[in-house]
Amino acid sequence: MNDPNPEDGLFVSRRSFLKSFGTTAAAAATAQVEVVAQELQKANAERTLGPGAVPLTLRVNGKSLQLELEPRVTLLEALRNHSNQTGAKEVCDRATCGACTVLMDGTPIYSCSKLAIEAQGHEITTIEGLAKDGQLSAVQQAFIEQDGLMCGYCTPGFVMSVTALLRKNPKPTAEQVKHACAGNLCRCGTYPRVMQAVFKAAGLPVASKTEVIPYAKLA
Amino acid sequence: MPSWPEKRTFIGSHTTRVDGPAKVSGTAKYPSDVQPDGWLYGMILRSKWAKAKITNINLEQALKVPGIKAAVVDRPGERTVRYYGEELAAVAGTSKQACLDALRLIQVEANPLPFVVREDDAKEDSSPRVWDDTPNLSKPRVNEKGEVDKAFGDCSAVVEGFYTTPVQLHHPLETHGNTVSWTDEGLTAWSSTQGIGSVKDGFAGNLKVPQSQVRVITEYMGGGFGSKFGQGAEGSLAARLSKEAKAPVKLFLTRFDESLAVGNRPSSFQKIKLGATADGKLQAFELESYGTAGIGSGGVSEGGGGGAEFPAPYIYTVPNIRVKQSGVNIDAGSARAFRAPGHPTASFGMESIMDELAVKLGVDPLELRLKNDPSEVRRKEYQIGSERFGWKSKYKKPGTSSGPLKTGVGCAGATWGGGGRGTQAEAHINPDGTIEIRCGTQDLGTGTRTLIALIAADLLGLKPEQITVRVGDTQFPPSGGSGGSTTAASVSPAIYDVCTKARTELQSKTGVSLVEADIWFAACKKLGVNPLVVSGEWQEGLSSSGAGGVQFAEVEVDIETGFTRVKKITCVQDGGLIVSKLTCESQVNGGILMGIGYALYEERIMDRLSGVVLNPNFETYKLTGLADAPEIDIVLLDMPERGVIGIGEPVTIPTASAVANAVANALGVRVPSLPITPARVLAALAGKSVTTPSA
Repeated sequence: MNDPNPEDGLFVSRRSFLKSFGTTAAAAATAQVEVVAQELQKANAERTLGPGAVPLTLRVNGKSLQLELEPRVTLLEALRNHSNQTGAKEVCDRATCGACTVLMDGTPIYSCSKLAIEAQGHEITTIEGLAKDGQLSAVQQAFIEQDGLMCGYCTPGFVMSVTALLRKNPKPTAEQVKHACAGNLCRCGTYPRVMQAVFKAAGLPVASKTEVIPYAKLA
Repeated sequence: MPSWPEKRTFIGSHTTRVDGPAKVSGTAKYPSDVQPDGWLYGMILRSKWAKAKITNINLEQALKVPGIKAAVVDRPGERTVRYYGEELAAVAGTSKQACLDALRLIQVEANPLPFVVREDDAKEDSSPRVWDDTPNLSKPRVNEKGEVDKAFGDCSAVVEGFYTTPVQLHHPLETHGNTVSWTDEGLTAWSSTQGIGSVKDGFAGNLKVPQSQVRVITEYMGGGFGSKFGQGAEGSLAARLSKEAKAPVKLFLTRFDESLAVGNRPSSFQKIKLGATADGKLQAFELESYGTAGIGSGGVSEGGGGGAEFPAPYIYTVPNIRVKQSGVNIDAGSARAFRAPGHPTASFGMESIMDELAVKLGVDPLELRLKNDPSEVRRKEYQIGSERFGWKSKYKKPGTSSGPLKTGVGCAGATWGGGGRGTQAEAHINPDGTIEIRCGTQDLGTGTRTLIALIAADLLGLKPEQITVRVGDTQFPPSGGSGGSTTAASVSPAIYDVCTKARTELQSKTGVSLVEADIWFAACKKLGVNPLVVSGEWQEGLSSSGAGGVQFAEVEVDIETGFTRVKKITCVQDGGLIVSKLTCESQVNGGILMGIGYALYEERIMDRLSGVVLNPNFETYKLTGLADAPEIDIVLLDMPERGVIGIGEPVTIPTASAVANAVANALGVRVPSLPITPARVLAALAGKSVTTPSA
């Protein structure tokens, strides 16, 4: 998953700082790690936040959300624990399972690994924001029709990843679906039907090999 | 004797899941999502020692952290902790951050003690004992019949092998936990559980609350796989925190916690000897095995409750057998039931040695199974499956695949008991024609809610969307825990009963004949103001136990990297009366994909020196991913004459065995240990021992 526009955030990011620092080789930069740290500290000095709660504004599903949170609170916690939007799930809390996937300016991100303060100024879309006027999206509908879910705990994450994929690539191949969902885990084993749901939502043919044979008719 | 209707519109149909819309839109509220007014966040402090005497736990500093409202010690007084991750104390506060800060300030005084975390170490007399009064290695459970030694002497072919399986972790995506509100009026828990009844019982017993004051609610839950039947230490701690803080407490484990303390599938180390006549009839079988269920090992459980034993010689009938099985304690979290307890373990050893025997006899392993499998259903399944899979054209002599990408095929069979009874249900027929079915079962994602809607629709002559199904509340008529693939067979007959009775009562009460569907609303209107409430219960003759299945696997193994890819699984499974086709097939997919995890990826790794779990996260404990999913071909044998059976467990049993046999077929050498990692493949190719743990 891409890290969208780190340069737009409140802080001078490590990357943009290193850029401004010049095109020094990594080894040289490492040698000057002390200087780097000092420069970063200086750059961020006027904007030091926390450790106490700070006011912040999030744009979630088209609405503004005013919160007061410690800077170390993640976007996932801000959504789940501080504004009762529990569609995104906390499963691993370290960017390995994708159950917390939300869209940030249209790009899928792990909300467990994005600080809420860093998400300011971006449009966040969660699973709760996909249905329009009570109408489920084509992706959501396809997950139901193909049974791309069982316990459902990973489902919001998969739906978000697939939504982002189809917006960018309306007719994906199986390989492209695998790539887009590589950051999402399911323990119940819905994968074959997640794949079918993506094809269904994309208007592509869905192949499913299952058959019910009446035992009584067997020789 | 009641029987299922001949004409079935929705039963067996491809109807979508009734709770699909709630699950895809984020509106389904799981126990971890529920947020009662004033709720607090709860977290647990765990032992960092593999074994230690805890002399004191001081919560003073933790309680001073802003936002912290309560802190409790798990077990006050001196105690011994016996594994890394055992619960010590818990805190509740207004934010996760407050809890994190508080946990760091809890002072624990402890005297570390010697520990042992590897099975091979633990079974030695010189190793530290997990429990002072018992040796780590339990006395073997022995099962002997016939004249084993003589029979082996008479056999034309005898093969021997040593097979190992790892400790597997359940890792449901919703971790173990509860949101609990405990006041003077009573205790309400939103629990992520497979058994609301057993959790209610657990809370009441553990906390000494009258059962009449305990209510457990599980509207949705994010997976359990056998590990979620009790309130757990985490539930009791949450309740105590709630009482102390006078506020509801949500306490769900972290993924790290989940890897340590809430169950696992026991490991196994199986020494097997198998003998047959020249034409391949099994004559003699000998097994000596041990495995660990953590600190909870040693008890004989027949593979049902999380012990280290398993059925042997599994699905085969051998006239002369000698079986010796032991459990070995180690300082690690206890085992719990895990999807088909004992069976995947049993299947792996037995089906591996069967293929070794086929090699020795120079016969097709499928032929050897057809000759020896006592189940007629399974023999038919092998025939159907082998045709669909193309076994005849795909099967080659082991190790004869050319090039660096070796392909191979394997097969294996499974059995499962299932069955189930004892469910009660209620139908509320409202005057406006709406219907509610209430049943104190729970839907783990298996499709129980959908199954109830389909049965009710057929029996009432309505459509599934007209039925509101309410499950997951101990205020509803009781059912059993969802384990052992018993839910469908236990719930379906009760729904049959209550709907049959409701229809009869509605007709007699209103005088309206319900022959035509559109008369339903007219009949209900005549009820007046109050609903018609009818009770029903499980009836004999509508469900049965026993399920047989077989699977075929095709794999590709890269002998340069050691990487194994499963290309295809063909599954032929006895389905009884299939109620919900769509969710049934999803269960089959799920069983197979979990079986692939057991075959290739999953293994809890303990560090011998520190006693810690080395892979308590998804970077290092690997689950099957979407890209690892093979082509899956499912054949369900519809056997309506058997009534409803369960399918969740049998379908996960033979996968790993079939995959392992396919890998051996591809390579020409066997990887006798699960998971079949690249390192083990390369070691097996180099002729090195691969049965030692990965780390």
